[in-house]
Amino acid sequence: MKEVLRFENVCMNYHTRQGETVAVKDLNFSVSEGEFVAIIGPSGCGKTTVLSLAAGLLKPTHGKVESFGASFGYMLQKDELFPWRTIEKNICLPLEIKRINTPENRARAFALAEKYGLKDFLKSYPSSLSGGMRQRAALIRTLAIDPDLLLLDEPFSALDYQTRLNVCDDVYKIIRSEKKTALLITHDISEAVSVADKIFVLTKRPASLLSAHTLDFPDGEPLKRRENKLFSHWFERLWKELNA
Amino acid sequence: MKNKTVYSQEHLLYLKKTKRRNLFVFLARFAVFGLLLAVWELAASLEWVNPFITSSPSRIGKTLADLYKSGSLFHHVGITLGETLLGFFIAVAAGYLIALLLWWSEIFRRVSEPYFVILNALPKIALGPLIIIWFGTGSKAIVSMTVLVGLIVAILNMLGGFMATDENKLLLLKSMGASKLQILLKLVVPSSLPALISMLKISVGMAWIGSIMGEYIVSKAGIGYLIVYGGQVFKLDLVMASVFVLCVLAAGMYAIVALIEKLVIKNEK
Repeated sequence: MKEVLRFENVCMNYHTRQGETVAVKDLNFSVSEGEFVAIIGPSGCGKTTVLSLAAGLLKPTHGKVESFGASFGYMLQKDELFPWRTIEKNICLPLEIKRINTPENRARAFALAEKYGLKDFLKSYPSSLSGGMRQRAALIRTLAIDPDLLLLDEPFSALDYQTRLNVCDDVYKIIRSEKKTALLITHDISEAVSVADKIFVLTKRPASLLSAHTLDFPDGEPLKRRENKLFSHWFERLWKELNA
Repeated sequence: MKNKTVYSQEHLLYLKKTKRRNLFVFLARFAVFGLLLAVWELAASLEWVNPFITSSPSRIGKTLADLYKSGSLFHHVGITLGETLLGFFIAVAAGYLIALLLWWSEIFRRVSEPYFVILNALPKIALGPLIIIWFGTGSKAIVSMTVLVGLIVAILNMLGGFMATDENKLLLLKSMGASKLQILLKLVVPSSLPALISMLKISVGMAWIGSIMGEYIVSKAGIGYLIVYGGQVFKLDLVMASVFVLCVLAAGMYAIVALIEKLVIKNEK
């Protein structure tokens, strides 16, 4: 399968007055087209750094981040919808930034919004939407530029538990039905197990790859996975790895 | 959503109570004003206090009527209002632009910081003699004083608003590949709108301080001139009447800014 992202011996050092912090050291992994990859690691291990490197927001100190010309969309913990823009205008924001705000691209983005239940909210302001709907709008905004790779930075962690399970299921289905490649970072093992095809476990800082797992669930959907016997098997296994 | 909703008795009662309380506050405000005027008038007419020094509402009214009849009321009001508004707009516009530059360049910001701190702390009136020598004794000097008083505050307030832009929203735009200009126009400027409004409110007050202070130092006409003149010739009715006019003007200008706020911020919440 075609690769869309590859980390080769990536090292990342941060410099501050107090000294130098090695956040990432000799990290190797790759993500192929159509995969849903989750990266988990102990808190403070530099997961967000990995995502910033993947997005090209940071340049690695050593090594290489190869993205093969893939375009990407970045989704954050909170929806970060602009309160002074309607949902419609929020969804078009990346099109404006990339100067591709053409009628065709807009129509495509609005079609996505309609398909996933945001039709009645297009003219509304974000403040009138529920947390789950807002996160869905944020996903549609991310998908508006038709990215090859979605980078998800704990996109559910700001939601309450009930909403979180539903939105996670929701986002998973949308990403699957749009056949997108996704890289999710999270500290929540159960979330990773419920959505990913592959899980990469990172070590404590400096982060490098501890192990890689391919999950073998027969049924893909997060809520169904949680009912499967394999779920607790994977959860325990990853738990032990993280706490070893 | 905005269909007619049927409210319960308790809710209707609650609405009624709230309405009644608001009405009470509204009326009480006028009542306090009326009471103050009445006590003042009574104290002056019964000579509990010396009306020559304290003036009285009726004397203030008479002074205003005389000023109006002689046609000089609107002359003085017009001059002060013009100076204040011109100084206000220059200070606000220049303050906004300079704050933008400071936001844009971190080096510029850091280099200029101590200068702004000192200029902000400096009592601007100390520069009075310089202003007279540089700008003459006309309206130019007064407008300059108004700008001087308002500018630094406008810059610092606006810069605070720009710098408070949400980090995550900045990250989001950067991840989309936004240029600095795009970040400025699509995020920093719109998200700092509430800061702009509060800067305008503060600047209204600053502009009045500046223009009246300017007229104290050097002027041939204006409300500030009337106050100084009234004080010098011991016509305290004139001083009080001028202060009253000033209150009305300042309140009016603040009300306009508050109205703008209502129109601009209605979508956000």
